[in-house]
Amino acid sequence: MKLFSKPWGAGTAVLVLLFLGLYLMGGCQSGQNSGVIGSGDAASKVYVAPGDYDEFYAFMSGGFSGNVTVHGLPSGRLLKTIPVFSQFPENGWGYSEETKAMLMTSDDFQPWDDAHHPELSQTDGVPDGRWLFINANNTPRVARIDLKTFETAEIIEIPNSGGNHASPFVTMNTEYVVASTRFSVPIPQRDVSIDSYKENFKGTITFIKVDPETGHMEVAFQILVPGYDYDLSHSGRGPSHGWSFFTCYNTEEAHTLLEINASQNDKDFIAAVNWKKAEEFIKQGKYKTMKTVYYNNRMDESTQTASSKKYTSVPVLYPKDVPGLIYYLPTPKSPHGVDVDPSGQYIIGGGKLATVIPVHSFDKMLKAIENEEFEKVIDGIPVLKYDAVIAGEVENPGLGPLHTEFDGKGYAYTSAFISSEVVKWKIGTWEVVDRIPTYYSIGHLMIPGGDSRKPWGKYLVALNKLTKDRYLPTGPELAHSAQLIDISGDKMRLLLDFPTMGEPHYAQGIAAELVKPNSVKYFKLEENNHPYAIKSEEEARVERKGREVHIYMSTIRTHFMPDNIEGIKVGDKVYWHITNLEQDWDIPHGFALKGMRTAELLIMPGQTRTIYWEPREVGVFPFYCTDFCSALHQEMQGYIRVSPRNSKIKISYNKR
Amino acid sequence: MMQRVSRILMTVASLLLLLAFVFPLWRISLDAPQYPEGLGLRIWINTITGEKPHDLENINGLNHYIGMQKIVPDSIPELVYMPYIVAVMIFFGLLVVAFGKRKLLYSWVVVMILISLAGLADFYKWGYDYGHNLDTEHAAIKIPGMAYQPPVIGSKQILNFKAFSFPDVGGLAIVLSIGLGFAAIVIERREDKNQNG
Repeated sequence: MKLFSKPWGAGTAVLVLLFLGLYLMGGCQSGQNSGVIGSGDAASKVYVAPGDYDEFYAFMSGGFSGNVTVHGLPSGRLLKTIPVFSQFPENGWGYSEETKAMLMTSDDFQPWDDAHHPELSQTDGVPDGRWLFINANNTPRVARIDLKTFETAEIIEIPNSGGNHASPFVTMNTEYVVASTRFSVPIPQRDVSIDSYKENFKGTITFIKVDPETGHMEVAFQILVPGYDYDLSHSGRGPSHGWSFFTCYNTEEAHTLLEINASQNDKDFIAAVNWKKAEEFIKQGKYKTMKTVYYNNRMDESTQTASSKKYTSVPVLYPKDVPGLIYYLPTPKSPHGVDVDPSGQYIIGGGKLATVIPVHSFDKMLKAIENEEFEKVIDGIPVLKYDAVIAGEVENPGLGPLHTEFDGKGYAYTSAFISSEVVKWKIGTWEVVDRIPTYYSIGHLMIPGGDSRKPWGKYLVALNKLTKDRYLPTGPELAHSAQLIDISGDKMRLLLDFPTMGEPHYAQGIAAELVKPNSVKYFKLEENNHPYAIKSEEEARVERKGREVHIYMSTIRTHFMPDNIEGIKVGDKVYWHITNLEQDWDIPHGFALKGMRTAELLIMPGQTRTIYWEPREVGVFPFYCTDFCSALHQEMQGYIRVSPRNSKIKISYNKR
Repeated sequence: MMQRVSRILMTVASLLLLLAFVFPLWRISLDAPQYPEGLGLRIWINTITGEKPHDLENINGLNHYIGMQKIVPDSIPELVYMPYIVAVMIFFGLLVVAFGKRKLLYSWVVVMILISLAGLADFYKWGYDYGHNLDTEHAAIKIPGMAYQPPVIGSKQILNFKAFSFPDVGGLAIVLSIGLGFAAIVIERREDKNQNG
């Protein structure tokens, strides 16, 4: 269990810590400037005049919604929900024949998930605006969203995993995105006693190769590691390029009541993985091929249709067989986030139960490895000596430090969940220079480019876990709250409060000009190679093949063609293939049918979407457009007649 | 015989007409609140295109609400003749330079003016036809007495659209070409006066 992401369920331990925190922090907290600047001044800083654009895109994970939301900064305006791991009846994602395959897994069709960490693709350690990756925690998966269309283009399943949490952080040039097990499991899966955890349960760290041209993902290799809970990750850059870092807690290897049993050790670990070495070991054949099953689902750009590919084995590296692959850096205490500063020199652990923020030095780590300054070796993984790798400790960093982002001007900003604040400290001197409260109980924080080599150090977004009284109440379930904080000056200043959808865990931000010019306005009809597409109304038709009926339908302002269909019988397998013939910006058409038991469709201009329907009842059923498209949108409707199974009525329809 | 200066002017005037093959002659822009990205037509010497890809189809799509005929460039015969007419006038202009006869110069200018006026009249006729000859039986929007004729030159409010119609580079090149021909005439006349005086 991740102690602090669901504190309302975590029980007494949190309460004890909370009271302890208030007691300890009492003196320092009172008398702190709340950081709110004059409201007029703040308003002008977040005001985006009508018709003007925000300076940054912010991509927020939807958490339990399984989606990604897109906001503009500094306004905080919600711009779009991108369906990823969860079915989305609003536009047919996961229901339409073209998109169903995207949600295939070795556990069959998985129509929902818990999406945690968005991560922008990077080139030379800087966000490049090409793709956004996001992990699914429950059914271990990584998705790639294409930022030309803001649509999910690929979802790959992670084999040998449980709870894909430390994911999908990218290496410096997006050579890889990583994944790992938050919940260690028997690998390979088998029927064993839970009590045999220490003996049978293992973790995996996974590297997914990303094709630099197409973005296509494939599992390159996995590393079998001790059965701890691998929690978060970031990859090196600059001097540390070639390494990836993963926090782990539960080095106690507890399997019940983890809130107590996994909080015993003073230090857990940050695992440092040398992936360039791993590539060599793979080349040298020093891996074992493990049988497993996982899926890769990819959207074909030309047919706009997804297909699934099943894989049945994966190369696995065992640390014992390949010394030099992985090291453990002792880190206090139950660390959550691990963040690498823009220079790539410092590795910062967010020890959520620690009283300091430990900062490891990459150079010292290399030296310690060279001098074999090992405390012990666990399953072939050397544990480096804490004193040999530590660069400094940030004292009095707030209670429950979780995550750190950077402004590129020499400062780091750490979220402190229990004391509900952002703490700003200086890299090198490790002194706290400023702090600002958040409302309430901040989890992740985000500075656009703040986990890259070149942050845009202007704004910080606090992503809070509790909302309470921040907005007009909406019953027991509340939107989460975010705060926009100005970090351009010496003192942090609160600018704006805005609600976020689902539960944003991490978020990513990028300068709008890196994404905006590439945004597709509509799909070109002549490039639509969908097998059931039609390019003009003249091609519209209905064809029967035994029980199967294929309706080739077009939409253009303001009618369906055909819009009267007869000859359908109860129990037919009806495929509605609808092509939107529009070639104009922002003219999608919708399709809704009385008796459709799955979803409606939204069909973008130039796109073809198919929805499957098995009529159960005799009758004449209306269908209509659900996306207001023109002055005669209300007239955009039609009828389909369903006759009894034994009816002799032939297929007929109106033609252009 | 024509002056050296006026021969140079006529050479330029003739070659300027080549621009009519490279640039549109006329542009019609349609401004409406829901088209911030713009919508418009370009009339070329041999075709009509949208200002952006698919603008022509989208304008035809909008026009079906008022029962306007589709604009189908291939069905407009003028777009077939026009390149030949302009090519002939370039050739004619260069003949004026070669022979240096004033009478040829005068007739070139007169013919150019007549062709241009005929072109504008034709443009008006097509605009009138599109704007008035509506399929009222199938039109969704019928406003008694309303015509949707775009202006030949200038601007006009047509329902939610403000239509702007102005010459484009090709059209301006023709105007300038006539201007240069006219300047050549003026120079020739002045030369006469100088010699007579």
